[in-house]
Amino acid sequence: MTRSKSLTRSTVGKKAVMAVTGLMLVGFLFFHALGNMKVFFGGDAFDHYSHWLRTVLTPILPHEGFLWLARVGLLAAVIGHIWSATSLALRAKRARPVKYAHRKPVQGSYAARTMRWGGVIVVLFVIYHILDLTTGHLNPNPDGGPFARLSADFAPSRWYVTAFYVLAVVTVGFHLRHGLWSAIQTLGRSNERREKFLKGVALGFSVLLCAMFLSVPFAVVTGLVK
Amino acid sequence: MNLTLRIWRQNGPGDKGRMVTYPLSDVSPDMSFLEMLDVLNEKLILDGEEPVAFDHDCREGICGACSLVINGTPHGPQKATTTCQLHMRHYKDGDTIDIEPWRARAFPVIKDLVVDRTAFDKIIQAGGYISAPTGSAPDAHAVPVPKADADAAFEAATCIGCGACVAACPNGSGMLFTAAKITHLGLVPQGQPERDERVLNMVHTHDELDFGGCTNTGECTAVCPKGIPLETIGRLNRDFLKASKV
Ligand code: HEM
Ligand code: FES
Repeated sequence: MTRSKSLTRSTVGKKAVMAVTGLMLVGFLFFHALGNMKVFFGGDAFDHYSHWLRTVLTPILPHEGFLWLARVGLLAAVIGHIWSATSLALRAKRARPVKYAHRKPVQGSYAARTMRWGGVIVVLFVIYHILDLTTGHLNPNPDGGPFARLSADFAPSRWYVTAFYVLAVVTVGFHLRHGLWSAIQTLGRSNERREKFLKGVALGFSVLLCAMFLSVPFAVVTGLVK
Repeated sequence: MNLTLRIWRQNGPGDKGRMVTYPLSDVSPDMSFLEMLDVLNEKLILDGEEPVAFDHDCREGICGACSLVINGTPHGPQKATTTCQLHMRHYKDGDTIDIEPWRARAFPVIKDLVVDRTAFDKIIQAGGYISAPTGSAPDAHAVPVPKADADAAFEAATCIGCGACVAACPNGSGMLFTAAKITHLGLVPQGQPERDERVLNMVHTHDELDFGGCTNTGECTAVCPKGIPLETIGRLNRDFLKASKV
């Protein structure tokens, strides 16, 4: 096999693409969650942060220039990630044409076993999420500012929206719990001595990320931020 | 004890195959799993039926021939144990036991519980060797090997190539087997000259043979009768990315 083809054609190369794009997305999620913490400094601080995202690096970049650069990068990562995941999933299907009559999961965690469907749920959520809070199309207060949309979204009467957000964030948490360690192993940075520690780090990071994301709807529903 | 066995029967590669139920009485807890199947086969022969075909050779856990998925787990419930070393004392009177062959496109069924594992030989042929000049044997200690490397290489070399890793993997991947060989040869000085080529060629051949890709679920190492660790796959990944110049 020629070296250049080995990366995108081989199963190991595809996984490396999945790992690198996954890590890019994790980086994004962390800064996204961190940015959301602005809500605890009040609605104005939150709106101001949203405005800053659109003006940062101007006039070197045009208005929203940084935002669009980030969006293009994220989209590329998402496409690379889904491409490698789909390609490996189809391959796995082909690799076992006759199923076991009696099948028992041996050791893989719940997170490891739900990576594929979990990923699909996350992507559906992301589409809804963008139409809801970025473009406003599915938001009850489409003309409001970012914080107004947020408060409208998580109003107690719309408990089902909040519930869906909670479900999606927990799904991301499970995805990352396996995904983070898996990415490190795929890139050849795990070994027997480090494995337990790295899995602990992946779990700790996932729990922290979930807690940060969930604190926002929690704060709105309970009236902690107005 | 009395057991109910549900066994995969398939006349040949072209046959669709099915699970068939056989009651078996007076099984001794001291029998090995394969001896229990021997008893069933004697009974089937006396009844004029076709005995169940299953692979076995050494019956002492070293050849890697035996290959049964027992109640959904390759080599059955006991950790780090081949099917031939599993004993009936792990079962109790009245148990139902499902017995199936390894399931993978790369391991087609030949008959009943016997599968063709030539695919593993092809992976080995692609790079599971070192090239050494022939002649008189070199001095045993002429090339020093660090103890830790020698131990890890030896641990990987205990792989018996049974294929349980493939049978257990939700993706039908043969990566643990391939990684064991990459580790075994990649950690010793004699394996260095061909190290890059080896990993590229073995992974390429693995992929061409319709094995699935590894997704780090760890099912393989949980059922491996020799306990080959998952870190061997991490090492394979590292070597592969390095050899691909990324
Ligand atoms: C439709 C969307 C998605 C799908 C279908 C998907 C699917 C997958 C699959 C199948 C894996 C490999 C799992 C395994 O090891 O068995 C994976 C790994 C991973 N995912 Fe996703 N995922 C999606 C979205 C995401 C998102 C939104 C993130 C980050 C927020 C993410 C982060 C990761 C990371 C870091 C890995 C580890 C890569 C590796 O296994 O080496 N994924 N994903
Ligand atoms: S028959 Fe040789 S390992 Fe089981």
